Amino acid sequence: MAEYDYIIVGGGLVGSSIAYGLARQKHRVAVLDGGDRSFRASRGNFGLVWVQGKGANFAPYARLTGRAADLWPQFTEQLTGETGVGTDYQRSGGMHFCLDEQEWEERVEEMETIRAHTGDAFDYEMLNHDQVKQQIPQISDRVLGASYSAQDGHVNPLYLLQALQQGMDHHGVRYLPNQVIDKIEARQGGFRVHASEGVIAAGKIVLCAGLGNRPLGEMLGMDIPVVVDRGQIMITERLQPFLNLPTLHVRQTAEGTVQIGYSHEDVGLDDGTSPTELIKIAHRAVTMFPLLQRVQLVRAWGALRIMTPDGNPIYQQSTQCPGAFTVTCHSGVTLAAMHAGPVAEWIAGSLEQDLINKFSTDRFDVSQN
Amino acid sequence: MFRRIEDIGSDTVTLWIDKREFQVPAGISVAAAVLLCGFDKVRDTPVSGSPRLPYCMMGICFDCLMCIDGVPNQQACQVEVRHNMTIDYQRGAAELPQQE
Repeated sequence: MAEYDYIIVGGGLVGSSIAYGLARQKHRVAVLDGGDRSFRASRGNFGLVWVQGKGANFAPYARLTGRAADLWPQFTEQLTGETGVGTDYQRSGGMHFCLDEQEWEERVEEMETIRAHTGDAFDYEMLNHDQVKQQIPQISDRVLGASYSAQDGHVNPLYLLQALQQGMDHHGVRYLPNQVIDKIEARQGGFRVHASEGVIAAGKIVLCAGLGNRPLGEMLGMDIPVVVDRGQIMITERLQPFLNLPTLHVRQTAEGTVQIGYSHEDVGLDDGTSPTELIKIAHRAVTMFPLLQRVQLVRAWGALRIMTPDGNPIYQQSTQCPGAFTVTCHSGVTLAAMHAGPVAEWIAGSLEQDLINKFSTDRFDVSQN
Repeated sequence: MFRRIEDIGSDTVTLWIDKREFQVPAGISVAAAVLLCGFDKVRDTPVSGSPRLPYCMMGICFDCLMCIDGVPNQQACQVEVRHNMTIDYQRGAAELPQQE
């Protein structure tokens, strides 16, 4: 009999959420994580729990992200209750600013598409300049308006990761850092993983290794298309509160720091920063919030998003090696509540998940389209 | 609490720390000056409000943040004292900058 029911490869937000969810269902779980030098989207992301704007090109994703956001309040309460680690989660609603008529019209179209995809479950409002200013007096006259969704919120992603790690520990998950995986053998009734720690066996295996899912997937007969997308973020000194809800580009943390972000670059496996992109990010932020012009930055970083060709998550069980699963997404924060709950149940086979089955890699197969 | 281990010269500058006047050696950092003058904190932290003194003295730890000449959240260990400088405690998070 294998030592574990599940081996989770990857200890970021995705792997930790799924490991935590499976362990809560009393399964025996081992997590094989990378080292400090691994690319770690989980330690570089912006911290939004976000619904608006997601899934316009893929209705199941609009429904998935909405469901995840709705599960968040209960998820974080349970996690903090078990671990004592707060996540600074606030379901404050969120805004996406529009700076001109064209942005406004595109936004309305996108929001309406998503609303239709979700059978009106996704709720949003378009706010004009005065309505935005009423809530956030610090905006500039350049802000034409914003889309607002009450389903949105934000969280401290590093506290979330810490809480999940303690939650895994609480439920008896064995966590092994600094692992390099040489080989995965699929055998009758399970898998043997040749890792730095030695050979570890489990009945099922879940690949949650972000950009590492492509080479790991090949070992299990899965073609997992992942695309690298770098984002850069700037961090300011701590300021008195002025922004009581997150926007897509600028948010103020519970501790007063302002995070400024939103960029997309195709630069391969380089998680550094670049002055040209930081200037663009800073310029847009100052256009929206002129007070930021006189605020000091204390640091900046780059991190690599794990994208798929259509930008939507992949939930896939290998047809060649049943019992091997992969979870690939760039929204490990928002989807954490979904991963610890329904997705963990789907992997455990304890729940039929029509929604999750729509995220298989079949959609990339030319013959399907 | 602290004393200098060597003399670097006889030049001094006048500082106004927490609205009180002090003479300190020229060429030292604000953090060194505040320690030399016997202050028991430079700031209260924004989250828990606990008092702090300079720690690393080399620009890494950000524990020596002070309001220097009216500019909040300055790393006191990275700023050299100047004549007639005004130095105040950093109390929690910075005030929002006034818009011009």
